[in-house]
Amino acid sequence: MSSEELIRQDDVTIRFVGDSGDGMQLTGSQFTDTTAKVGNDLATFPDFPSEIRAPAGTRAGVSGFQIHFSSHDIYTPGDAPSVLVAMNPAALITNYKDLKPGGIILVNTGAFTERDLERAELKTNPLEDGTLAGYRVIQEDINQRTIEALEGTDLGKKDVLRCKNFYTLGMMYWLFSRPLEPTLEWLQAKFKNKPGLADANSRALKAGYNHGELLRLFQGRYEVPKVEDAPKGYYRNIMGNEALAIGLVVGSELAGLKPFLGSYPITPATDILQYMSLMKNYDVITCQMEDEIAGICTAIGASFAGRMGITTTSGPGLALKTEALGLAVITELPLVVVDVQRAGPSTGLPTKVEQADLLQSVFGRNSEAPLPVLACSCPADAFDCAVEAVRIATQYMTPVILLSDNYIANGSEPWKLPDMDKLERFPVEFVTDPEGFTPYNRDAKLARGWAKPGTPGLRHRIGGLEKDSKTGAVSHDPDNHQIMVSLRQEKVQGVADSIPTPEVNGPDKGELLVVAWGSTYGATRAACERLQKEGRTVGHLHMRHLWPFPHGLREIFKGYDRIIVPELNMGQLARLLTSEYPEFKFEKYNKVKGKPFQAFELKAHFEKILEEKS
Amino acid sequence: MSEIQQLKPKDYKSDQEVRWCPGCGDYSIINGVQSILADIGVAKENVVMVSGIGCSSRFPYYMDTYGFHGIHGRANAIATGVKVANPDLDVWVITGDGDGLSIGGNHMIHSLRRNVNLKIILFNNEIYGLTKGQYSPTSPFGLKTKTTPYGSVDNPFNPVQLALGAGATFVARTLDVSPKHMKETLAAAAAHKGAAFVEVWQNCVIFNDGAYKEWTDKAVRDEKTINIAKGEKMIFGKDNDKGLKSEGFHISVCSPEEASVWDPCVESPGPAFVMSQLDLDPSMPRPMGVFRQVSRPTLDELVADQVSSVTSKKGMGKLKDLIYTPDVWEVK
Repeated sequence: MSSEELIRQDDVTIRFVGDSGDGMQLTGSQFTDTTAKVGNDLATFPDFPSEIRAPAGTRAGVSGFQIHFSSHDIYTPGDAPSVLVAMNPAALITNYKDLKPGGIILVNTGAFTERDLERAELKTNPLEDGTLAGYRVIQEDINQRTIEALEGTDLGKKDVLRCKNFYTLGMMYWLFSRPLEPTLEWLQAKFKNKPGLADANSRALKAGYNHGELLRLFQGRYEVPKVEDAPKGYYRNIMGNEALAIGLVVGSELAGLKPFLGSYPITPATDILQYMSLMKNYDVITCQMEDEIAGICTAIGASFAGRMGITTTSGPGLALKTEALGLAVITELPLVVVDVQRAGPSTGLPTKVEQADLLQSVFGRNSEAPLPVLACSCPADAFDCAVEAVRIATQYMTPVILLSDNYIANGSEPWKLPDMDKLERFPVEFVTDPEGFTPYNRDAKLARGWAKPGTPGLRHRIGGLEKDSKTGAVSHDPDNHQIMVSLRQEKVQGVADSIPTPEVNGPDKGELLVVAWGSTYGATRAACERLQKEGRTVGHLHMRHLWPFPHGLREIFKGYDRIIVPELNMGQLARLLTSEYPEFKFEKYNKVKGKPFQAFELKAHFEKILEEKS
Repeated sequence: MSEIQQLKPKDYKSDQEVRWCPGCGDYSIINGVQSILADIGVAKENVVMVSGIGCSSRFPYYMDTYGFHGIHGRANAIATGVKVANPDLDVWVITGDGDGLSIGGNHMIHSLRRNVNLKIILFNNEIYGLTKGQYSPTSPFGLKTKTTPYGSVDNPFNPVQLALGAGATFVARTLDVSPKHMKETLAAAAAHKGAAFVEVWQNCVIFNDGAYKEWTDKAVRDEKTINIAKGEKMIFGKDNDKGLKSEGFHISVCSPEEASVWDPCVESPGPAFVMSQLDLDPSMPRPMGVFRQVSRPTLDELVADQVSSVTSKKGMGKLKDLIYTPDVWEVK
């Protein structure tokens, strides 16, 4: 079959799996970058173990990268892959069941020795024992092919074999007719000072591509045309954590502030600290502190001094920051706390997804300590939410918790870049006038004034002890405490006045409303749109602001026969909604497996509900 | 509107009523701080007092400066944020033996090793006062308190040694009953560029009265303590009739003529550590004064320098470049 006869596919999901040391994340990200440049819409999700290097060849050491790309708008990294690339037996055995029936499995037989099978705890060879019946299995000794392709180079055998992921990538580029140039250019830049490696990997990539053609391994070759109706504008591929880092810096500048990040490394939030540490020439200060508590406390101190205090963490770290969050609440200082959620409790599954820190964020502090909580829904949305978190924190003089999760943090998708001229500024005005100044003078939104140390005439003391609502002095007066508790609550509730009512995707009246939040956006949207196409009146309401709730929800809820809340927890948003809107019944649909929802499983569940009704 | 014109100690007092127990050693410390700030002539708006939790930590409320009363143990972390965010501010940490060495021990050692330009005053009364009389990490072995009714079985920290071990660039000790020594020591701390750690022996009249009496009582103080001053012979005794001689790891009592000259500025923390070991020997006087004073770049200036050097190398970042990176593509 020649390369001219391309089979059109509109929607493909590939999963690359191999040992942690096989370079699957790199292979996946190269395929992603090239695919973005071709003009497909895409979404990706890496899935790697929490051990940096589990013993080679074992099931615990399997690392994967899934990419879903398409000629139309897509929302998720794909449900079941149609192509699985498995670099060893452990990777094959732990992943083949996810594949679509009849899907293609490309196996590196070079890694199927007795010893390899033993490491993967396999008594028989899955390539021979019928395990893979029902799939199109393509066996190729990629190790040997790579060695042949690199004959004559002066690399040692070990280094030669490390190029096998580029050989594999070359085969996939051929199969899905992608250009080699972006990766070739990337290799040249990456190994600028090691031309031998640049050359070897480039040769491996080209060899894989050419062999795809020559060896006739595949029964056809595919094209996935670019998205034709994508909104005009500029795009780049972005991962959630990077989008958050950029958003926090941009948000700070829109507030007229310089950012200060005090943080402590924790999976899966660490990248944000790493990205922001590179942004020193944007007047960004980052301090990697001795622990989570120091991370938030330095940020609080920096906010007091007039910078935009930020701290980034994951669930266990948020727990440690709890007391300091209360301090930020009572001192009414702006602070953005990013919680990139992971599966818990405790250390839990540190590299897996869960959205179970919602109640911790809304309520998890001693006493009455309300603060706004928002959540981003996808990597591109993370940018907007970071800016929004800074806006709320500075406009309302309050700590804000922004929830992301592991799925958004490490997932990627094309981001339609904002028009720089249209980014709305919300400049902070520091108090400078001593006339009538007290630290708890409030504006119409009930936000107190922000007076920076160093400003003449505005000396004041703040702290964890309750303060007199008028003078700002320490006060143990019972009535004053009631006033201050109520004021803080009213202020946070007032944030709702500054946020729009979210829009329902789909009909505004009908059989079913799906209320979701965070990273379940893609799967929920895909499931609802498929049902809408089948004529069902299903609406999807995706919540960005989780505390306080936006105005207008009650009117939305009234329009539907039933309301369901799918969540990757045991029903936390459903619980909040039930307490705030007791007149409605919020049905739960929950999963806590460290895995995201898949569109088909949501659709199946919604269908079941619709059938029950009729 | 300048506030730098000939300030007096009382100008640094806030309008808040001071609520320490009558006779508390804290009064002497706040007087010392107000007095040296006036001497230096620091503009009140440039001073930030940061504290944690405990009796001592009410301190910021009593000062007419900027102040931040934090949470238990975290004063050093909050102060680090303030100082790094604005290095022009004069940032003081007010803490105690429980706040700074127990719950906040971690932040203490890290702010010392980082050499954040903070003036840290550790009020050491060897007891938990605000919670009404439990033993602290500096309470002596065997001390009977409400939580150690049969005597404490915990070995105490020696704050000076802890600070030296953490790599502090300035370590000193002074005592509440000697306002003159207190002023000298606080002034030296204020003049130091870098983390300045000052342990103050502070008497808690209610829960641990007389903890330091053995050394600080007027009748015995000259015999039981020695002022170690930079460049001066180490001489003590009521009639200045004794000296300390330092030979390697050993310090012994000698005649005033034979006394060694104290130098806290040597690069090695060794001599300071040997000096702090005198605390373990009941026959020796307890050293008071500056144990160590060396110069190292501060965290706040290193952070600021790095921001400016990266900026001068890469140019001031424009938001557009952060968003519109070279891998952008256009959909037309």
